[in-house]
Amino acid sequence: MLKIENLHASIDGKEILKGLNLDVKAGEVHAIMGPNGAGKSTLASVLAGREEYEITEGTVAFEGKDLLEMATEDRAREGLFLAFQYPVEIPGVSNVNFLRTALNEIREYNGQEQISAKDFMALVREKSAIVELDAKLASRSVNEGFSGGEKKRNEIFQMAMLDPKLAILDETDSGLDIDALRIVANGVITLKSDKNATIVITHYQRLLDYIVPDFVHVLYDGKIVKSGPKELALELEEKGYDWIKAEFQH
Amino acid sequence: MNLETIIPEMAASVNWKLEGKHLLSEDLRKKALSVLENMPFPTTRTEAWKYTRLAKIRNGNFVARQEQLASNRHQIDLNAISLVFVNGHFASNLSSSHFPDGIKLLALSQMEVMELSVLGNTLPLEGELFNAFNTAYATDGVYLHISANMHIKPVIEITHIVTGTNTISHLRNVIVAEAFSKAHIVQQYVTENANTCFTNVVTEVSVAKNAFLTIDKLQYEDESCFTIATEQVTQATDSNFTINTLTLNGGLVRNNLNIAVNGQNCETHLNGAYILKGSQHVDNHTVVDHTVAHCVSNELYKGVIDEKATAVFNGKVFVRKDAQKINAFQSNGNVLLSNDATVNSKPELEIYADDVKCSHGSTTGQLDDEAIFYLRARGIGEKAARQLMVGAFVGDVFGKLTNEAVKTRVDQLLQERFEWDFVG
Repeated sequence: MLKIENLHASIDGKEILKGLNLDVKAGEVHAIMGPNGAGKSTLASVLAGREEYEITEGTVAFEGKDLLEMATEDRAREGLFLAFQYPVEIPGVSNVNFLRTALNEIREYNGQEQISAKDFMALVREKSAIVELDAKLASRSVNEGFSGGEKKRNEIFQMAMLDPKLAILDETDSGLDIDALRIVANGVITLKSDKNATIVITHYQRLLDYIVPDFVHVLYDGKIVKSGPKELALELEEKGYDWIKAEFQH
Repeated sequence: MNLETIIPEMAASVNWKLEGKHLLSEDLRKKALSVLENMPFPTTRTEAWKYTRLAKIRNGNFVARQEQLASNRHQIDLNAISLVFVNGHFASNLSSSHFPDGIKLLALSQMEVMELSVLGNTLPLEGELFNAFNTAYATDGVYLHISANMHIKPVIEITHIVTGTNTISHLRNVIVAEAFSKAHIVQQYVTENANTCFTNVVTEVSVAKNAFLTIDKLQYEDESCFTIATEQVTQATDSNFTINTLTLNGGLVRNNLNIAVNGQNCETHLNGAYILKGSQHVDNHTVVDHTVAHCVSNELYKGVIDEKATAVFNGKVFVRKDAQKINAFQSNGNVLLSNDATVNSKPELEIYADDVKCSHGSTTGQLDDEAIFYLRARGIGEKAARQLMVGAFVGDVFGKLTNEAVKTRVDQLLQERFEWDFVG
């Protein structure tokens, strides 16, 4: 589904990703862990199409298409979803109105008919229940006045509404209390199928107790330096990142 | 038609051919002419015109001109009572001829000299060049009188159409809402095949005791045309006055709203939205004068300015000595969509009472790039994302509109001019 080869990316002339490789297939959950500054969020930003980053080398194929050539909105329309680390507050734009616009633009891009108001509202009710998001929040301005936990739940609610092929969760667990973490994780698990894939970017292992990964990758200094089964996450939790740093410092 | 050229000796020397039709009383006209004789054209050194250059109006070769139109294709509300003026002249063929009980609605030109002689006195002339021009040279306008205790259900729609090249129109409207009455007026300013025309319109409004009056002022003139539109409003005790000024096109538009709140327990709402592009220049000057206690005024103006357009907002609230317990709020927000767009915003409060609650604020910014990225990351195209953001920004002003037909028209006009779709 997603094939990243030798990806190099820099911002303001500083290279952050230095030859990253990753292969994600349908039905898989990949966890990307690593210390601060390793390039985890840069990877998420580059995949979502943030224009501040310059790609200097490498390729990213998404369902066989060149992802790096696509505008941000086209990546979303092709089925890529980024759950933001810091969801943006947009006063005056209602959550529901924004999602209907998004859903219809995605459907139009894929040659599907617009969703009817009735079907849309039914979908909102069904999907907001997955993350136990109050229906009132669904109709408020996007993220405005939401608590940290509500914002993250809103990200997963949007993911549920848009039903992406590949979801990238960027530090979705950070700042969540244990109950909110459980709700968010349950949402992600509920949406998981053998047709979609998930990349979980996290600093902590605890989210992976709920969303069990098929692969764990350690990102350090712009590269994936170690990959392994889910037990690798436990090892990282136990030993910290210092042993990785010691092993790969040059 | 008898055309008069302004005498060149006048201080406000212009090359305009105006119609020598004397609508208001001779006394008033004399006063106006003496102002014109002695007062030069304002420049940007004149405080009230600091950000608005009048050279194109002063140097224009305007000519008064009559034209008959076969139809009114601008009507907003099909159930409205409609009066139409073309180039400052009443178009009886396009106007309603039957009116519900409780209103007297006609063109000033249809009125008796005696009736006319008492009109037009609330407007200050001294130091007000355009008021003086209007008083001396108005060709026609609306006279609307709403009887006491009457609630006029249909909207009263007054349409000013301007046609031709260099056409000058002077319109004078008089609106009287008697005690305990209620009405909703839509005044729209539009053009047809017009080029570099100038319209100078004055509307005097009297809102009597406990009357409720709403005016939607919709401006959609050609981008080459100039308009100065003045509302002179007086409010009596317990009255409620709302004016929504929506400027969606026009080359140079200056709105003067002057509200004298002369009775206690009044409410005054001034809302405005201006959406500009090209080299448009739109200037909103408002004055709310609280002369007595226990009143509320609320002012919300928002602008979206693109390309090389310029906006000016100057809102002044006076709270006079002894006008205690006044709640006066004023807010102006602007979004600049291009590097060449300009806004000059000046909210002002002058308070001489000591027990009041007043606030004012002004913000100017750009669309939040991070928010646009967020919307795009959900599959919304860049143009639609920007439009959603702009719509969210000005939406609270459009949200003040209560008439569905007006909302639909605003939507249509925004769609037509900006390919935007906001009001919903």
